[in-house]
Amino acid sequence: MPEPQNPFDDGRQAVAPGGGAGGGFDLAAEEAGTLDKVPGQGGGGDLSEKPRSLWSDAWRDLRRNPIFIISALIILFLIFISLWPGVLASQDPLQADLSKAQQGSGPGHPFGYDQQGRDVYTRVIYGARASVTVGVCATLGVVILGSALGGLAGYFGGWWDAILSRISDVFFGIPVILGGLVFLSVITNSTVWPVVGFMILLGWPQIARIARGSVITAKQNDYVQAARALGAGNKRILLRHIAPNALAPVIVVGTIALGTYISLEATLSYLGVGLRPPTVSWGIDISDASSQIRNAPHMLLWPAGALSLTVLAFIMLGDAVRDALDPKLR
Amino acid sequence: MGRYVIRRLLQMIPVFIGSTFLIFFMVYALGDPVAALFGDRAPDPATAARIRADLHLNDPLWKQYLLYMGNIFRGDFGTAFNGQPVTELLRSAYPITIRLTIVAILFEIVIGITLGVVTGMKRGRPIDTGALLLTLIVVSIPTFVIGYVLQYLFGVKLKWVSPSVSPSAPFNELILPGLVLALVSLAYVTRLTRTSVAENTRADYVRTAVAKGLPRRRVVVRHLLRNSLIPVVTFIGTDIGALMGGAIVTERIYNIHGVGFQLYQGILRNNAPTVVGFVTILVLVFLLANLLVDLLYAVLDPRIRYA
Amino acid sequence: MSTEYLAAEQARTPDSGVLLDVRDLHVEFRTRDGVAKAVNGVNYSVAEGETLAVLGESGSGKSVTAQAIMGILDSPPGFVTKGEIVFQGRDLLKLGAEERRKVRGAKMAMIFQDALSSLNPVLTVGEQLGEMFTTHQGMSKKDSRAKAVELMDRVRIPAAAERVKQYPHQFSGGMRQRVMIAMAMALEPDLIIADEPTTALDVTVQAQVMDLLAELQRELNMGLILITHDLGVVADVADKIAVMYAGRIVETAPVHEIYKAPAHPYTKGLLQSIPRLDQKGQELYAIKGLPPNLLRIPPGCAFNPRCPQARDRCRTEVPPLYEVGPVRASACHYWKETLGE
Repeated sequence: MPEPQNPFDDGRQAVAPGGGAGGGFDLAAEEAGTLDKVPGQGGGGDLSEKPRSLWSDAWRDLRRNPIFIISALIILFLIFISLWPGVLASQDPLQADLSKAQQGSGPGHPFGYDQQGRDVYTRVIYGARASVTVGVCATLGVVILGSALGGLAGYFGGWWDAILSRISDVFFGIPVILGGLVFLSVITNSTVWPVVGFMILLGWPQIARIARGSVITAKQNDYVQAARALGAGNKRILLRHIAPNALAPVIVVGTIALGTYISLEATLSYLGVGLRPPTVSWGIDISDASSQIRNAPHMLLWPAGALSLTVLAFIMLGDAVRDALDPKLR
Repeated sequence: MGRYVIRRLLQMIPVFIGSTFLIFFMVYALGDPVAALFGDRAPDPATAARIRADLHLNDPLWKQYLLYMGNIFRGDFGTAFNGQPVTELLRSAYPITIRLTIVAILFEIVIGITLGVVTGMKRGRPIDTGALLLTLIVVSIPTFVIGYVLQYLFGVKLKWVSPSVSPSAPFNELILPGLVLALVSLAYVTRLTRTSVAENTRADYVRTAVAKGLPRRRVVVRHLLRNSLIPVVTFIGTDIGALMGGAIVTERIYNIHGVGFQLYQGILRNNAPTVVGFVTILVLVFLLANLLVDLLYAVLDPRIRYA
Repeated sequence: MSTEYLAAEQARTPDSGVLLDVRDLHVEFRTRDGVAKAVNGVNYSVAEGETLAVLGESGSGKSVTAQAIMGILDSPPGFVTKGEIVFQGRDLLKLGAEERRKVRGAKMAMIFQDALSSLNPVLTVGEQLGEMFTTHQGMSKKDSRAKAVELMDRVRIPAAAERVKQYPHQFSGGMRQRVMIAMAMALEPDLIIADEPTTALDVTVQAQVMDLLAELQRELNMGLILITHDLGVVADVADKIAVMYAGRIVETAPVHEIYKAPAHPYTKGLLQSIPRLDQKGQELYAIKGLPPNLLRIPPGCAFNPRCPQARDRCRTEVPPLYEVGPVRASACHYWKETLGE
């Protein structure tokens, strides 16, 4: 099977582990369609008067895109409450009053109480930190590891590439939820770090494939050949010419993956191998509440809503960035 | 074509070994299978030593792996935590999960492709925007939340279906769990179909088909869809393996005694033979599904067949 | 506008021999960035058996006009806003979608530039040729297959009986373009529009494909609109020429006259920019500047910012098509000066 030139071109690139349970869902690996645009003879080529860079053009598009603005605002708000949860919630998320267990909303407690009589509103605010930490750290790790390995494999090719491709096939062969269960069930550390570590371990091949694909595409560009002909070294070509162009798809997929990692953390916590109390996390709260849906739906509604909104914000952000960055639109 | 198949089969071998060894490593090296056998009781050291020797746990890991794989190829998958041979568990669990997967794939094909084609051809219209938003929302809510909500809604409130699935798991009881299992992939199939259709609508050969004066129906079905569905079909093919391995959550919610359920039990009880046995079969299914997809791809796209 | 010329043209050509008459055609594209006026009042006609060459740079509107004639404009964003396309006595723009479809392929056919992307990659060449007969004439699959082989023989594709089962990517560029031609010829249409049919081919193959096209045209007495930017091709096969610029026709003339003495500065520039053997060593002429942005076509004559002869009048007054000779017209206020030099 020939290698796809553009990582976005091939539906098979999207084969992500554990498709069934929210892990590795890869919206970005599809093609952004073309927007309405003047076709060839209609003067498409001559519409723009001065050449603009991909990034400044993308930024211009993004500022006008309401989806981008809304999702960016949600994400900024999330970052704010994960840094300073106390600003919006004055109570202690761990303080329990069993006499109020499962009670609905009341004055000062807009979201009601959970199973153990803790304030749901406070827990929703404090829960953002764990989710955002897992999402951001896992994504950073995956992007750094994945694009380094994938980029080098794409650039140098040969053995290095063949071995890396087989290794990433191995990781793709393990469904993500299953891997999480096996890997995390033997670890007793209850912080976010084992979860983050696991996500990096199983997540990097996704980015590596995309980085590899776009580096191969970029490598064949005339200006790279020209730079090589002028005697530029590997390091210079990689950093100055290839990286800026190969970065766009990685950023897009990374943003969307961030959302799915947050969702994955909740699923792992639901299965009892993710985060554990006393960590305050949406995943733990959703998991506790889901068995109580008949008695106290509010316990499920608020943390699940917060988590879904967060995931949605990251996916929409990635989507918007993809639409803005896709050079095919120009 | 024959050489292509053989090459693909050979490429599968290292992946098979790698994946199974990785799981083997995690289960045997990170966990303690002997302690697990005794639960909370501390085992008698002499008995523990005997078991360790029986299970070859004192040998180096690669040797254990080889011994284990050797047994597997003779049909011996070891013993599960309840004393049953793992093969019996496999025999009861796999048909159930296969049925569940079939239901899920049917949902992907029927709903996903239909929605994708409709939205792809009506790009920018309200139905397109609405369907896109729906796919995003579906993806954003964790599967287990949707699972519980739908179970509550259809099983408890409306009483359309039974909230949990009986041990024999016939097809009709698997409709709701199958939908829940399919949802995320369903959203993906919709989007993939949509972009593929939208992109091909502007392809030169579709313009040619229109210029030839073909009836709209033929332009759409024979030219547009025939090409647009190639990536979709291949995605659904590879999804088979992912769905079977990802059914853990769905099977837990609806109490379905399939692969995911048994694996979950095996992992919780740290029963190495169960886990490794089930995973080995899963990896095989995954690889075969991928091979099938590659062949299908070659059948559907002559450019690959004759490359 | 060019109404005076239009009247003259109509008076000259009796309706009988005229196959296609495009009158005052306007096409625009409504994009996110604004309305791009791609075609702004184009008039041309083609008689039976006649070859009209339409010349112009990318963005001049020559392909968009052709797409409007065929009825395959991408719509939205493209819309025909004004004009008539009279083909065999009927205004195509007034026909319903189904009637229009029946004209396409059967009465008029189009050959595209890039045969590789214009042929469906996953269907055999035989099926793509055969479906012309099955859909338009209700022919059986088996008979259509025989017809496909016959067509491929006719465009001189060797071993047609075997190759009919092959896919487009298994053909060479020249052979693929022959398949495109065969497809256009299938139902023996009265008009063929060839949009840069040889541009994507090797130079050696170009002449063969062009000869084949001309030969088939003579045999079937078809009208041919040849869209091109290659003046060399034009001289050999065309009867008359229409030069387009920024969505307008700037000059029409019989082919030999235009080479002798162009009546529009743009045509003149085009002719001067062809390298010639007898002028070896001299610097090649180039028209300065860029084609206009169709979102903001300059006022007056659209060519004025690039025109060496431009004066104040050119910047304010849109030139009509002035009658230069019996079948000649130029949209330049100072055509006499251009011609006379």
